[in-house]
Amino acid sequence: MKPKPGSGRSIAAIFAMPTLLACLSLAGLIAALVGNDIWDVLSWFALAGPVAIVIWAILARRR
Amino acid sequence: MRRSTLSAWAFVHKWTSLICTLFLLMLCVTGLPLIFHDEIDEALNTQTWRPAHPEGPLLDYDAILARALHNRPGEVPLFMSFDIDRPVVNVTTGPRPDAAAGEMHFASFDHTSGELVAPSNGDGGLMDFLLQLHTDMFLGLPGMLLLGAMGVLFILAVISGIVLYAPFMRKLDFGTLRTTRSARLAWLDHHNLLGVVTVAWVLVVGFTGVINTLATPILDYWKADQLADLTAQHQGGTIAPGQFTSVHAAIAAAEAAAPGMTLQFVAFPGGAFSTDAHIAVFLHGRTPLTEHLITPVLVDAQSGRVVGLREMPWYAKALSLSQPLHFGDYGGLPLKILWTLLDLLTIFVLVSGLYLWLARSRGDARSDVLDALANGDGAK
Repeated sequence: MKPKPGSGRSIAAIFAMPTLLACLSLAGLIAALVGNDIWDVLSWFALAGPVAIVIWAILARRR
Repeated sequence: MRRSTLSAWAFVHKWTSLICTLFLLMLCVTGLPLIFHDEIDEALNTQTWRPAHPEGPLLDYDAILARALHNRPGEVPLFMSFDIDRPVVNVTTGPRPDAAAGEMHFASFDHTSGELVAPSNGDGGLMDFLLQLHTDMFLGLPGMLLLGAMGVLFILAVISGIVLYAPFMRKLDFGTLRTTRSARLAWLDHHNLLGVVTVAWVLVVGFTGVINTLATPILDYWKADQLADLTAQHQGGTIAPGQFTSVHAAIAAAEAAAPGMTLQFVAFPGGAFSTDAHIAVFLHGRTPLTEHLITPVLVDAQSGRVVGLREMPWYAKALSLSQPLHFGDYGGLPLKILWTLLDLLTIFVLVSGLYLWLARSRGDARSDVLDALANGDGAK
């Protein structure tokens, strides 16, 4: 969806990153439930996503 | 979205948040140490216990039971349970099969020698205190249900928060934190960012928390419905204590009837979890997913034959699966640390939300959302 001039970002653009992070979090929550070892490691990486994004924003997105 | 619709969402967000925030803060703070329940208990427990014969053979369950009954003359066996990470068998006895919880006696035995295992001196009850505060605020079932209602409000607050995220972000790139213009804008941007990145986790922990608050009615219903149904089909008179078949044989028969499952719990005849004529053996699965799913197997207490087996109904499964997803204790220490960080982010969202309300501009008829719209951020 292309934003009209002056209307700001579209809903799709606004929610693109939040949706990605939500899917990543859910995948992580489920991964540790279905298996051990490699599945646990996958869940750690997936759930570290939201935390990493906060750190990134604090370091790089202040203005 | 129309302005009137947005202001309705803003109304929902404000009031659901205001009502539940203090409860949620309590839950987030008491929940932090509870994530590390096992580690804290282990660290504070100064006793180190080792089995008498670490590599030796395990005793027969009948021998353990005989030992337990010998120590408690005149009592009958009620339950037998099994530690997960050490060869310890726990036996609960009482004066009668239907003894009240206060009359029960709990003792732990070394599965390799039959010797008594001293109870863990633990943390002096600190973790139990936090757990009870977190579960029901010492108010019993009404407390649990009240916290469940707060959880529902919290879920509504999160959902309305997602809707309100959009008008604020029309002109901002994802992750922007305006820290130099005003304190209020800085808090607002942090509130929005931290809130939106934790959405999925917080909804899962919130929703499973709400299900956990319904544990008592769910388990009561399961017992009344399914277990009663299973036991009603197999009534067979009353068997006096002491006339049971070998409990060891009953466990072996149950394990054979439910292959690939691990023994969790045994309920002796006459108690709340069995019938007057059966030993109920509860087994659970072996993967992280299935270890919370319990299958009761009913064994005839006289003949030792398996008479019935029933998987948990869906609502009891839902409750069982809600527990790991709420506690975060199912994926090793790194998962617990991530649970802690996400909990801390949630505390920040709650506190910043409270700040934004306390520091709201005068004449709050115009909320932030409407201001955002008035500034042209969301206008056509």
